[in-house]
Amino acid sequence: MTAGPASAAPPQARPDLGTLPPLGLGLLRAEWTKIRSVRSTLWTLLAFVVVAIGFSVLIATVISHDWNAPGSHPNHARLVSDPTAVIFGAGLGLGQLALCVLGVIVISSEYTTGAIRASLLAVPRRVPVLVAKSVVFAVLDLVVSAITVFVTFFLTTSILHSHIPISLGQPGVTRAVIGAILYLTVLGLFAMAIGGLIRHTAGGISIVIASVIVVPPLISLIPGTIANHIHGYWPTVAGELVAQTSQQPGDVLSGWQGFGVFCAWTALLLAACGWLLVRRDA
Amino acid sequence: MAEAPGLIEAHELTKRFGDTVAVDHLSFTVEPGRVTGFLGPNGAGKSTTMRLICGLDRPASGTATIGGLTYHQLSRPLAAVGALLEARALHPGRSARNHLLFLAETQGFPARRADEVLDLVGLRPVARKRVGGFSLGMTQRLGIAAAMLGDPGVLLLDEPGNGLDPEGIRWIRTLMQQLARDGRTVFVSSHLMSEMAVTADHLIVIGRGKLIAASSTADFIQRSSERSVLVRTPDAARLSELIVAAGGVVTPEEPGAPGSNGHQDGPDAAPGLIVTGMPAPRIGELAASASVVLYELTPRLASLEEAFMELTADSVEYGDPTSAAARNRPAAAESRPAGAERSAS
Repeated sequence: MTAGPASAAPPQARPDLGTLPPLGLGLLRAEWTKIRSVRSTLWTLLAFVVVAIGFSVLIATVISHDWNAPGSHPNHARLVSDPTAVIFGAGLGLGQLALCVLGVIVISSEYTTGAIRASLLAVPRRVPVLVAKSVVFAVLDLVVSAITVFVTFFLTTSILHSHIPISLGQPGVTRAVIGAILYLTVLGLFAMAIGGLIRHTAGGISIVIASVIVVPPLISLIPGTIANHIHGYWPTVAGELVAQTSQQPGDVLSGWQGFGVFCAWTALLLAACGWLLVRRDA
Repeated sequence: MAEAPGLIEAHELTKRFGDTVAVDHLSFTVEPGRVTGFLGPNGAGKSTTMRLICGLDRPASGTATIGGLTYHQLSRPLAAVGALLEARALHPGRSARNHLLFLAETQGFPARRADEVLDLVGLRPVARKRVGGFSLGMTQRLGIAAAMLGDPGVLLLDEPGNGLDPEGIRWIRTLMQQLARDGRTVFVSSHLMSEMAVTADHLIVIGRGKLIAASSTADFIQRSSERSVLVRTPDAARLSELIVAAGGVVTPEEPGAPGSNGHQDGPDAAPGLIVTGMPAPRIGELAASASVVLYELTPRLASLEEAFMELTADSVEYGDPTSAAARNRPAAAESRPAGAERSAS
């Protein structure tokens, strides 16, 4: 009945498994394979690009069309003092939510599908997986954001050109354009860290979206300097400052200070994510 | 430590989930060159033990090592250990090949290894299909492919036959035996004794997270099979009295029970009696001395499944306390193999 170890068949020729490349490189390639091989990546990035560019162009077209219409135009004054806030505000403000969604699902989908266990069997020390995932996602986010931000900038400024010339040469504009790209990149990592902490797609997305667009306006309703500082140091509020052309009245932090605060928040959350990744059962 | 590279050792392994002790000071070794079956009822802690060996769960105490190293110490784990823990643990939107490709890349294996293992499990034709559309059987095959990616010396397979059709089960059985003959360690869990009886060379049986038995499959069958004798006589009442008086135990044969005689001899077929605690010759002598006619006197071994049920009857997590195994086996305590008392040491 039982199969004994009987006939000693000649051992099969072992396949060539190649030589071990630097571990980090293999992990980066693996994370790139993972992120490019699921459709949600394409769809969310497409949503980001289309919404960001489309909405910005729409707003610029409306402003341009109504430029000489009667009535007050608060946008005009803002376009002079902080043009990038106006041309990026609506489109990137809405489009960024798609990046948040992608950031969360890049990691939470591994947990909800169980694929994380395959990943951790391959890399049992775990933290390198998180590092490689962060690097690959950050680079992808950076590239897509850079293209989107530059396209948005050049389309909207050319639409508004006849009314108000805005160029990269103006003080603070280049910084703001670069800042917008950096903000969107770190935002993706911020969302990813929360996704890794929550380990649940719907929960992670809810928390990220709440912290990007729901909580800040609620905090700003609270009177007093303490609430004002909480609002000013809130991760995404601080992070957005770097995409402004110039510091606005009421801002607690300068652009780069705000970006530094946002990076610190994100680094803290990623560190917590890594710590829990090692601590928790997968 | 000069350990055999393929030796799996669990030492006092313990895992708690809240108040539940899933694995309770479990110690065993799994040796290379043979298929070792890991048996236990559902909820016995088989999967948790495998997850502990692979470092997916952290033990409360105790250690699990592979060739003397913990899983975390393996530099290229997939080249040392191939594990199929849960087949569904993959992203449904990813293609079979991409799933294997990213695993290969983490280890620095060439991309063609993904194609080679797809060939091995017969999934090449659906390599570019998204795995969400796979049947459970195909998913299991993909899981085997992932386990074989690094041509490992140790294979841990948790219920690999799940969802496979009979042809698939035979395929995996042959594969496991072939891998063991290559000198690899094959550690396979199952809750089906019958499947393990034809697959495994060695058995580790656990219940409620504790070791119940560890022995070769042949020994296990030998020791845990309760010997009984099927007797068929027209004078059942009389013979029962004689046997009971002489110290045997008589149970009426369950119609249609495994081992019962399906083709009884016509309308005058006699009722069957299952006698335990007495060998067949002694029953024959008793019958002869009282001039009782016997139509049939058949010594038989309890089926392996019955032996397993009996062995684990006390440790079934969600069992029916009045189940057949507990009720019909008055001699269960005596026939328990010596291994049952062997504490984890």
